[in-house]
Amino acid sequence: MPSSSNAAAARHADANWTPDQPIVAIRNVHKSFGDFEVLRGITFDVMKGDVICIIGASGSGKSTLLRCINALVPIDSGSIKVEGQEVHQPNLNTLALRKKVGMVFQQFNLFPHKTALQNIMMAPVQVLKQDKDAVRERARRLLAKVRLEGKEDAYPGELSGGQQQRVAIARSLAMNPDVMLFDEVTSALDPETVNEVLLTIRELAEEGMTCMLVTHEMGFAREVADHMYFTDRGIIVEHGPPQEFFANPKDERTKAFLGQIL
Amino acid sequence: MQEIYEWFRWLNEATGINLTIVYDSYDRERMIDGFVNTIYLSLVCLGFSVIIGIVGAWLQGSPLKWTRRLVNGYIQLFRNTPPLVQMYFFFFALGSLMPRVENEWGIMEPILSNWHWAILSLSFFAGSFNVEIFRSGIEAVPKATVEAAEALGYNRLQTYVYVVLPLALRVCLPALNNNLVNLVKTTTLAYAIAVPEMLYVANQIWSDSLNVPEMMTFLLFAYVLLVGLLVMVMNKWERSMRLPGFGA
Amino acid sequence: MAKRHDVYGTTDLPVLLPAAERLNRQAAAERVLGAPKLRLRAWHGLALAAVIVLWTSFVWAQADGAGNEQQESVISAIWRWLPVLLGGFVFNIAISFLSMGIGTVAGTLLGIMQISQVWPVRGSSWLVTQFFRNAPWLVLLFFCMFLLPFEFTVFGVTIPFPDWIKAVIGLALPVMANVSEIVRGAIQSIPSGQWEAAHSLAFSRWQILSQIILPQCVKRMLPPWMNLYAILTMATVLASVVGVGEVMTLTQRVLAAENRPEFLVPFYGFVMLLFFAYCYPIARTTQKLELRYAVKQ
Repeated sequence: MPSSSNAAAARHADANWTPDQPIVAIRNVHKSFGDFEVLRGITFDVMKGDVICIIGASGSGKSTLLRCINALVPIDSGSIKVEGQEVHQPNLNTLALRKKVGMVFQQFNLFPHKTALQNIMMAPVQVLKQDKDAVRERARRLLAKVRLEGKEDAYPGELSGGQQQRVAIARSLAMNPDVMLFDEVTSALDPETVNEVLLTIRELAEEGMTCMLVTHEMGFAREVADHMYFTDRGIIVEHGPPQEFFANPKDERTKAFLGQIL
Repeated sequence: MQEIYEWFRWLNEATGINLTIVYDSYDRERMIDGFVNTIYLSLVCLGFSVIIGIVGAWLQGSPLKWTRRLVNGYIQLFRNTPPLVQMYFFFFALGSLMPRVENEWGIMEPILSNWHWAILSLSFFAGSFNVEIFRSGIEAVPKATVEAAEALGYNRLQTYVYVVLPLALRVCLPALNNNLVNLVKTTTLAYAIAVPEMLYVANQIWSDSLNVPEMMTFLLFAYVLLVGLLVMVMNKWERSMRLPGFGA
Repeated sequence: MAKRHDVYGTTDLPVLLPAAERLNRQAAAERVLGAPKLRLRAWHGLALAAVIVLWTSFVWAQADGAGNEQQESVISAIWRWLPVLLGGFVFNIAISFLSMGIGTVAGTLLGIMQISQVWPVRGSSWLVTQFFRNAPWLVLLFFCMFLLPFEFTVFGVTIPFPDWIKAVIGLALPVMANVSEIVRGAIQSIPSGQWEAAHSLAFSRWQILSQIILPQCVKRMLPPWMNLYAILTMATVLASVVGVGEVMTLTQRVLAAENRPEFLVPFYGFVMLLFFAYCYPIARTTQKLELRYAVKQ
């Protein structure tokens, strides 16, 4: 594609950023909804190619954190940098940010008036103004990648939950993001369709995509994650490589949570 | 064409079925004008009622309590009173309050004609339904879907144009179609304030040509066909716009 | 923890919110009814009364300021004309009763014919229903007004056919078509299991219809039927366009006789108040029945 070099140039808008620095750098992030403080000083880094999993009880601020990273939710204080670019600033180039950061939601949120293929093609054509035929080619490849060949013309309403979620992943990938955010992507699925979605994510991770997952699938997290984070009431209580994190949790709250869930 | 006219003239002489609107060029042109006026009235009122609906739906989301109450009062008033009374009220009561201006022949005439009042009252009548339809349509699009569009890099306007409005339109369509069909039927009320639409013109023709049964039958079938065609096209459009896999 | 949201199935996720379902349900109901639903509230009547009273005092104050006390007040004018206006209104009610009666009987038959197993019956009744549903009410009224004879003779007895009877028939035609759709919709909404169960008990088709299906339909048909009646009552003012001496015609005559432009608003307001007072209890009862039915479902 002729536009890919341009896109690559645009992507690295911050000239000082090099791939050996954190691709996502989060520093002391605070966020309140009214009187309720959801995030109370979150700090961590994600390196390129990392797969990190965030776990924690409902309402501990995991989903909000992901939404802050692609500026769906503004933060109150602190700093979030994606590829060296500050997200928390008034004249943020949202389009450039959202090209870099893909997001998949718990409720899939496919556009029900468009077919699977159209869902994948929409943003690259309408937002990035890319050539339609090239995008269609890429969309077909992406559908094949998530094992949904032949479902090009199916509407979201005609697909199972697992299939819809895989279309949603492909839709995000069509923007060629550098980081993928997964927000409890299997929580709304029937048990029998969870695995097909996890398989797709695992393949992505193995290809070297930087992934940030909020999940309740502990077995899956243990297998794919490079690093685990446990949040409780808006702060990171404990983190570490999965083997150690699961086998040998140090903090009482982590122990209690894991004990409850495993 | 001349042969057709001749045949209808013959039909009149042979059977007494007097369709002047076919062979008499004056009546024919009047009838065509009436038909065009009915369509014109429907389209203009449709346009205005959609604008009223959009503005009303927007005002209903206002933070000011009295703005919302005013819009609600308007909806309630126009939904629950007979459109004929509305039209009389607009034409006679409000019309009598309007100032008069001198026309090109030096005669004083009201600033708003019966056409204007018909358009106004029918638009406000149909608009009162549109306000609620549009509001429900916009409300029906989940915030999560808007969020998904934003996460894909759509800006506010793009999200509206490509995601919210297409979805809202699909939700609104059946109710909008009901309203449109209703509006076309209601245009006949403009007869009561002498707007030359189909019913009024037909009345003039049968008064001049004394062919009441023919004109009356023609009129009835003309309306049934017009509305029937509209219903058919609308149903087809609705079916093609239905979200596959969701509901009946 | 880790408990899945069991409320969500796989494909029936709430892609569109309840507002959409509400709107579509309403649109479907109004399509069967062929007219928008009336939603009368008590404050509508109060607002109307307030407009009349406010306008009256406004006119009073102006007349006072101008210094001509000879002119009659609005209230006393309405009071003086009250017998005439009420008489006209009773005429409207009478027309609505007769139209509704004729329309309901004819419409029920037509509706049952619409589910006939004989296709010519089914087809022709469908055609008749659609024809009269698509025709504007006013055009039907004109049609009957001009094409029905002013009298006709049966067995040597001449029966006069005054304008108001023609108006009754003209209004009964659209009512018939709408009742036909209501009946058809109600019959088709009864689960097919009822038919199967009755067939297996050796009921005939007519027995099933009259003894099992229709009795169940009555409850479903009542709210839309009552709403249709309220709409019909309001539509009786259309008869004024073709010159029947009902309340609207009389009001216009009164206004012409009085020749006082400031009377327009209170007199029209008073007519609307009459209709409101009559239709409001009907609309309320309809809503209550709908609610009760929705809860039981």
